[in-house]
Amino acid sequence: MNYNWNWGIFWELNPEGTGTYLDMLLMGLRWTLAAAALAAVIALVFGSIIGVIRTLPGRALVLAGDAWVEFFRNIPLLVQLFLWYFVLPELLPRAAGIWLKTLPNASFWTGAIGVGLFMSSRVAEQVKAGIRSLPRGQSMAGTALGLTTAQTYRYVLLPMAFRIILPPLTSELLNTVKNTSVALTIGLMELTARTRAMQEYSFQVFEAFTAATLIYLALNAALTFLMRRLERAVAVPGYVTGK
Amino acid sequence: MSNSAAPMIEMAAVSKWYSPQFQVLKDCTTSVDRGEVVVVCGPSGSGKSTLIKCVNALEPFQAGTIRVDGINLSDPGTNLPKLRARIGMVFQHFELFPHLKITENLCLAQEKVLGRSREEAMAKGKALLERVGLSEHAEKFPGQLSGGQQQRVAIARALAMDPIAMLFDEPTSALDPEMITEVLDVMVELAREGMTMMVVTHEMGFARKVAHRVVFMDRGEIIEDRSKDEFFGSPRSDRAQLFLSKILSH
Repeated sequence: MNYNWNWGIFWELNPEGTGTYLDMLLMGLRWTLAAAALAAVIALVFGSIIGVIRTLPGRALVLAGDAWVEFFRNIPLLVQLFLWYFVLPELLPRAAGIWLKTLPNASFWTGAIGVGLFMSSRVAEQVKAGIRSLPRGQSMAGTALGLTTAQTYRYVLLPMAFRIILPPLTSELLNTVKNTSVALTIGLMELTARTRAMQEYSFQVFEAFTAATLIYLALNAALTFLMRRLERAVAVPGYVTGK
Repeated sequence: MSNSAAPMIEMAAVSKWYSPQFQVLKDCTTSVDRGEVVVVCGPSGSGKSTLIKCVNALEPFQAGTIRVDGINLSDPGTNLPKLRARIGMVFQHFELFPHLKITENLCLAQEKVLGRSREEAMAKGKALLERVGLSEHAEKFPGQLSGGQQQRVAIARALAMDPIAMLFDEPTSALDPEMITEVLDVMVELAREGMTMMVVTHEMGFARKVAHRVVFMDRGEIIEDRSKDEFFGSPRSDRAQLFLSKILSH
């Protein structure tokens, strides 16, 4: 293989006039972080609400929650982003469609919200499983003390359910970070997109993707570390799971 | 409404089905007077736990009426959370909230349901913890206590709500033998203080000591509902005789 290795490429100026190639990748990282943060918040908020709804006695609510999960879980993420970005503006009334298309940073909002909703279906599954894993007597005990259903969830069921699902939620958080790279297909210049741009400008494909690989690895390793600390911080003394 | 002469708990022809084919409660009628201790016993699967859970509407039932302190549970106007807050309940598996310290277990419903201040709730909780002999464990978590200790905390948690009646659903069935006594002692003391109690249990010693009446159930039906002395002296039904001979023979 005839390849000119050049690890110094990161300190050379990029042709976009935004500083060095490293600056370019770091700019991409910032978009990745912003999109992942927004997507994670959306996934957690909607996932929690839908997950709780699916454990309530009301039949209609459960069906609505199931429909949400099946819709966002069964369609590929890529197709979902295309739907929100290319199809939705055409289906809306003309004025709203134009507003959406000309929104500043439209690919960021669409990408982050799209990834967030996609991930919410997975979080919802786990929240439901976490609540279901608690003994039935726990909600009975809350109810018997006079707590309302909302209070029973807030003070009795959810604090334990979230502790139990913290390890799988960590995986979902990492998936959320990684899935933001799909948003490059709708034009979000996040880390993967910037890496490809660097490759196209400089032809240093191995250096560019090595850097991207290491940045993703470091980012997710840091998140894993933080989640482990959180797990330890909220661990319940004397509680043995599976008892 | 509240009538001091009327029974605390009145059940009339209560029936419950899990499915059209499977009836768990058949026309159950009984009552618990104020200050009365009623023990409910019977073989497993006889519906006794289901019956007691109907008293505070933890289990829905399809026919019949239940009144607690004169309030009809099935009346759409009944505020069930408010009524449940006045009825203490103790479960077979304790059901303390594992992520909350013992003191927080005792304070939670006092604050969120009764609206008591933290100081008030804490004072009440500490006093009850002292009463069940567990003051030194106040800052621990449920998982750090033995089963017997957890059940005593669970009783204290129910008492913290100043209940008008206490329901016990097999409170000692999940305990190691040497821990049963410490829980029964607390219950005996409560009974002697005049608490209205409905107790599902196999502890016939407890029934002999403090019960006023014994209700015997089999296959969802109340077979016997008699004073303690009558029940232990000469149970009328063959089913109850057989049950007693089995659990009293050792």
